[in-house]
Amino acid sequence: MKEKIAIKVDDLTVAYNFKPVLWDIDLSVPEGVLMAIVGPNGAGKSTLIKAMLDIIKPIAGSVEIFGKPYKKQYKEVAYVPQKGSVDWDFPTTALDVVMMGTYGSLGWIKRPGRQQKKEALEALEKVGMLEFRSRQISQLSGGQQQRIFLARALVQKASIYIMDEPFQGVDATTEKAIINILKELRKEGKTVVVVHHDLQTVPEYFDWVTFLNVKKIATGSVKDIFNDDNLTKTYGINYKVSVLQ
Amino acid sequence: MTSAQIEIQLIACIVAIACAIPGTFLVLRKMAMISDAISHSILPGIVIGFFLTEDLNSPWLILLAALSGIITVVMVEYIQKTGLVKEDTAIGLVFPALFSIGVILIAKNAGDVHLDVDAVLLGELAFAPFDRLLIGGTDVGPKSLWVIGTILLLTLGLLIAFFKELKISTFDKQLAATLGFSPVLMHYGLMSIASVTTVGAFDAVGAILVVALMIAPPAMAYLLIKDLKKMLVLACIFGVIAALAGYWMAHWLDASIAGSITTVLGMLFLAVYLFAPNSGLISVLHRQKRQKIEVHLLTFLLHLQNHREKSERHINHLNEHINWHKVRATSVVNLALKNNMITIDDHIISLTEKGKIFTTEAINYIITNKSAAIEDMKERFFLFRG
Ligand SMILES: Nc1ncnc2c1ncn2[C@@H]1O[C@H](COP(=O)(O)OP(=O)(O)OP(=O)(O)O)[C@@H](O)[C@H]1O
Ligand SMILES: [Mg+2]
Repeated sequence: MKEKIAIKVDDLTVAYNFKPVLWDIDLSVPEGVLMAIVGPNGAGKSTLIKAMLDIIKPIAGSVEIFGKPYKKQYKEVAYVPQKGSVDWDFPTTALDVVMMGTYGSLGWIKRPGRQQKKEALEALEKVGMLEFRSRQISQLSGGQQQRIFLARALVQKASIYIMDEPFQGVDATTEKAIINILKELRKEGKTVVVVHHDLQTVPEYFDWVTFLNVKKIATGSVKDIFNDDNLTKTYGINYKVSVLQ
Repeated sequence: MTSAQIEIQLIACIVAIACAIPGTFLVLRKMAMISDAISHSILPGIVIGFFLTEDLNSPWLILLAALSGIITVVMVEYIQKTGLVKEDTAIGLVFPALFSIGVILIAKNAGDVHLDVDAVLLGELAFAPFDRLLIGGTDVGPKSLWVIGTILLLTLGLLIAFFKELKISTFDKQLAATLGFSPVLMHYGLMSIASVTTVGAFDAVGAILVVALMIAPPAMAYLLIKDLKKMLVLACIFGVIAALAGYWMAHWLDASIAGSITTVLGMLFLAVYLFAPNSGLISVLHRQKRQKIEVHLLTFLLHLQNHREKSERHINHLNEHINWHKVRATSVVNLALKNNMITIDDHIISLTEKGKIFTTEAINYIITNKSAAIEDMKERFFLFRG
């Protein structure tokens, strides 16, 4: 079976101030998978997805989205950043933040209109946040802010969704709600890449996994490679998957 | 009012609006300091431009000076990127260097022309009406009015065209980048506008007032309003109020106009900082005091519920038993009474039915760790707040 490759990373090396934090990463993400990126703090997970999204320029290597550079494909990709990456005191409402997801398809200068508002409201409904649409964003709880980010990615109507720790600081209900939306996206044939910290839930939530710690340790289907060996190589402690599962 | 007076006020108002617009984005980007840096480091650009053009209002001078503003920003970012110092340190390193180069250039070469350090720092709005723009021999108004008016129109045009791009790159730089809006381009666009505005305004109002007008009105608006468009409008209104009030204050006190406007801005800011409805200092202190009393009320009610025996419910005993010294016992008891949560019968306090329900619910919330829900509960039960 020859499957289509959604994201292809080739010999990627990224450095901050000339200190490499990702070494020579090769990685192919097949279309239609729900993939977790796991690794310890500081492993370079956020850096890897920022490089995929062309936010950080690598010192070597390249990233292709469906066979083309990111710049040509940005409409195919939606990004959910780590919650802490924006200023939640910014004077704006939940609805307005979700509408920002439509800006990419609008392009320069054109302003969002009724159609964009309708799409944003639909996305808010999907993540169960419709009643909070006119709330100032600082008055939302952490889990609600995460849902807003997810809704914003949904309105981008992309083929690839890339998320940095969407489950960070959310309660069990929100986590279930988010994972259900992600599984729905996969059912629609979308590719979803998630930086994930809770190893216990990897087999339940994901079908594809990448182990990362500065170098790529392993990548493949959860069934094949989510095992003691790779966990130990990544985290440097003895992990027992049998205990986790 | 004489026509000169009207012209001065008009210039001051237009400067205020032209500053408030880029200033709003600088404040939201937490880059207030950079406007200080720009306003000082454009000096060498102005001096060199002045030697070349001999005209403080020449567009070339404005562009040259704005360029030195951009160079400041680039240098600050370069130093910061080395990772050796933080942004504020980098700003502190760059602008005194550029400013002093400007001062030396003035001292060495321009001793006898209309360009001195005082004029740079404070400007002289009062003289603005005397420098007229003549087109084909006819007087069309003060030059600085035309200069700053043009800059305002340019700023407004760009704001309207790129509002969405400015908003997204200010709120979420990374999203802006992934959606194909270059945050770097927006950043330098904003810095260019801030520089051009600073240069255009400095001749009339001086570097210090430019900074005050860029930062104080948006900072006030930010404390009062949580909507970007309204914040922009309110910042402009505050700027205009300060400009007019400052002008008349200077008139009555026979003081510097720029200095008076800055003073008014300071007083306005103090008032907003103290009295803003939700984020103001007084409101914050009030809320803290209220929460303190309400926490004591809750412990008081819990005690009543836990101790049914009369001796424990005697009003004098309660005073000793619970650690009241931080709040006045009477205010706690009064609050409970006002909200119909207790009754006092011959110095013995009893919980009412409502008090019992409230206490039980509150304990539930505390046990299940949903302390945020308690605020909501207080809304439902309280007739009066602490
Ligand atoms: N802007 C930056 N400048 C310098 N070093 C950085 C920067 N961002 C990250 N780093 C370093 O790069 C390394 C990888 O960081 P990254 O944020 O990618 O890790 P991560 O795997 O996402 O960690 P976490 O699980 O804590 O989110 C870390 O050592 C970090 O200190
Ligand atoms: Mg990270």
